[in-house]
Amino acid sequence: MARFEEVGPRSPIIESTRVDLVHPRARLGVTIRAIVAIVIVAIMLFPVVWLALTTIKTRPDAVAVPPKFIPYFPDGLLSDWCMVPQLNKDGTPKLDKNGQPVLKERAECFDVTLEGIVGLFFERRTLTPAQQKQYMESPEFGWADRILLKRGLVITGPSDFVNRFRNSLIIAGTSTVLAVAFGLLAAYAFSRWDIKGKPDFLFFILSTRMLPPVVVTIPIFLMYRQLGIYDTHIGMILLYTVFNLSLSVWLLKGFLDEIPKEYEEAALVDGYSRMQAFRKVVLPQAATGIAATTVFCLIFAWNEYAFSLMLTSDVARTMPPAIASTQGAGGLEWAIIATASMLFLIPVVVITFALRQHLLRGVTFGAIRQ
Amino acid sequence: MATIELRQVEKKFGQLHAVKPMDLTIHSGEFVVLLGPSGCGKTTTLRMISGLEAVTGGHIYLDGRDVTWLHPSERDIAFVFQFFALYPHMTVLDNIRFPLQAQRVPRAEAEKRVSEIVKMLQIEHLLHLRPGSLSGGDRQRVALARALVRRPAAFLMDEPLGALDADLRESMRAEIKRLHITNNATTVYVTHDQLEAMALGDRIVVMSAAEIQQVGSPSEVYYKPANLFVARFIGSPGMNLINGRYADGIVYLPGDNRYAVPESWRAPLAQSLKDGEVIIGFRPESARITENGALSARVYSSDMHGAFNMIHLALGDETNIVNVRVDRWVTYALDTPVRFDIDPEGVRFFDPRSEKALRRGGAQ
Repeated sequence: MARFEEVGPRSPIIESTRVDLVHPRARLGVTIRAIVAIVIVAIMLFPVVWLALTTIKTRPDAVAVPPKFIPYFPDGLLSDWCMVPQLNKDGTPKLDKNGQPVLKERAECFDVTLEGIVGLFFERRTLTPAQQKQYMESPEFGWADRILLKRGLVITGPSDFVNRFRNSLIIAGTSTVLAVAFGLLAAYAFSRWDIKGKPDFLFFILSTRMLPPVVVTIPIFLMYRQLGIYDTHIGMILLYTVFNLSLSVWLLKGFLDEIPKEYEEAALVDGYSRMQAFRKVVLPQAATGIAATTVFCLIFAWNEYAFSLMLTSDVARTMPPAIASTQGAGGLEWAIIATASMLFLIPVVVITFALRQHLLRGVTFGAIRQ
Repeated sequence: MATIELRQVEKKFGQLHAVKPMDLTIHSGEFVVLLGPSGCGKTTTLRMISGLEAVTGGHIYLDGRDVTWLHPSERDIAFVFQFFALYPHMTVLDNIRFPLQAQRVPRAEAEKRVSEIVKMLQIEHLLHLRPGSLSGGDRQRVALARALVRRPAAFLMDEPLGALDADLRESMRAEIKRLHITNNATTVYVTHDQLEAMALGDRIVVMSAAEIQQVGSPSEVYYKPANLFVARFIGSPGMNLINGRYADGIVYLPGDNRYAVPESWRAPLAQSLKDGEVIIGFRPESARITENGALSARVYSSDMHGAFNMIHLALGDETNIVNVRVDRWVTYALDTPVRFDIDPEGVRFFDPRSEKALRRGGAQ
């Protein structure tokens, strides 16, 4: 016995030894599944990668056919591969006057430019060729100006992108916090007490989601104009909070129903008030549900397009309609749209990553014997 | 420690009584067990005392103070739940400290009390674990520690051993008994297990159909059941109950048996029975199989219980089965005719109409 204890495993054995898992055929299955998973991930990630590449393309490269997907940096990775000698008609390399071979870019490669990124943050105006030449020689322009000058554009002032982005953060963030906070209180009441007409109330709350939002935009537009909250942060926060409440009440009720009421009762007889018991005992255990609800509400408020388009014009305009209506000088500025979209992705990705621990963890496991 | 008084306390759900108006006094330092089948209202009664459930009528006094409408946190009572209800997101130490934090006990004092309790229950080695990783018995010890650390006026326990395995239940039972004796705390304990009730209770309150059936010491409840329900419910198997007819000091029983009623019972029987219909009751250990016993029966079946054998006798036809406890070496072939006697001290009589036990005047 003593010897067995000495040689016994010191840490839990994590790898399974089940026959159906370690059999060669099962291992082949695992490999196939892994390959399928990688392929799916590649397909899912492709649009994001394409978006990222588009941010550093010039306008002609962004819409080039066949598509260009290898960024060319002078003296960078793949720069030798991208530049190939130009050939004469007889197949010999074409030489310049110094006897060096003349190089040309492969069709798959594109020149990296920052004009999309700079263009996003500044308003631009088109120059005449004469002005362009004159400005290029002027020393008073900085690096950002020079990037656009090459395109024949001049910076006239900051764009409203930062403002729109800030609006999105304020409106989506505040409405999410409010929707989850109110939803939590309502869901707790629905979960714990016999309220008269509870099924009807719950159905009523859910029914606000049954109409497509577009149907109610015109009445809401008229109401907002009358109330003087058209194109205000308050108005948009109010709207998104109300819209998200139905989702958050229903989702959180499900999570709270899972938490046995004995925990709060124990806290009550331990000398805590109902609110204290809620805060100290229920909230920590509902973390999973709160995290999941937060992510859903945030994604809705962050991506919402139709209401924002109808109910805001300038002061409270959020990112989605702003991106869609990005104007270029004579054509769509794909690089600017791509850059805005990439930046637009970041907050949701960050929040989802920050909460992923809670999304995965079942906190109440094994605490009450069932 | 406190006295708990219930005065006409009732609980109605709509028109349905979960607890019919009841009076009960639980004295300071007493261990009272509420015993009954599931759905009899015993847990509801306990929850009303704790304040987790509001009464729909009557008053509850704790040490003379009317606490009927006080919040659970203001009643100074501790509650031990069937499924322990340990906070899963806190360590064992935090769980035990939690009630002290509500009372704003100074830190040094709290540490002292926690370490005392932890030592008493021998759970020092668990303090930094989460409840999820504890065994059933240890969870129960932590739950008890959380209740004890507050030094409340009374303990309420709702089937605290119900979720444990059988052997663990017995040892925890002894632990709870010992805790009660050392702390001398007023305790109300709910269970449906009559063995647990017998073992733990100073007094047992037998409940059924939302009503108190009998209040008494374990031996009173066992030997002097107040009615047919208590007679059947207490003991395993319950009391033997046979329908008969009484006339002139004789009870006529099935199978042409005549039972001569002991002298002291004749007057009460003659007085209280209108038409002579009576139910005679006795415990399996109050019957004795002897060669020249007064009653005749035949062996229906028998089974072994380890320390003793239980013989099932058919009195007349097979609808009247009597359980008789015999020594473990006594066995009979099936259908053997036997004769038995009933210990005159162990016999009880019930009125079949009111289902109540008949009582002898003066000393029963």
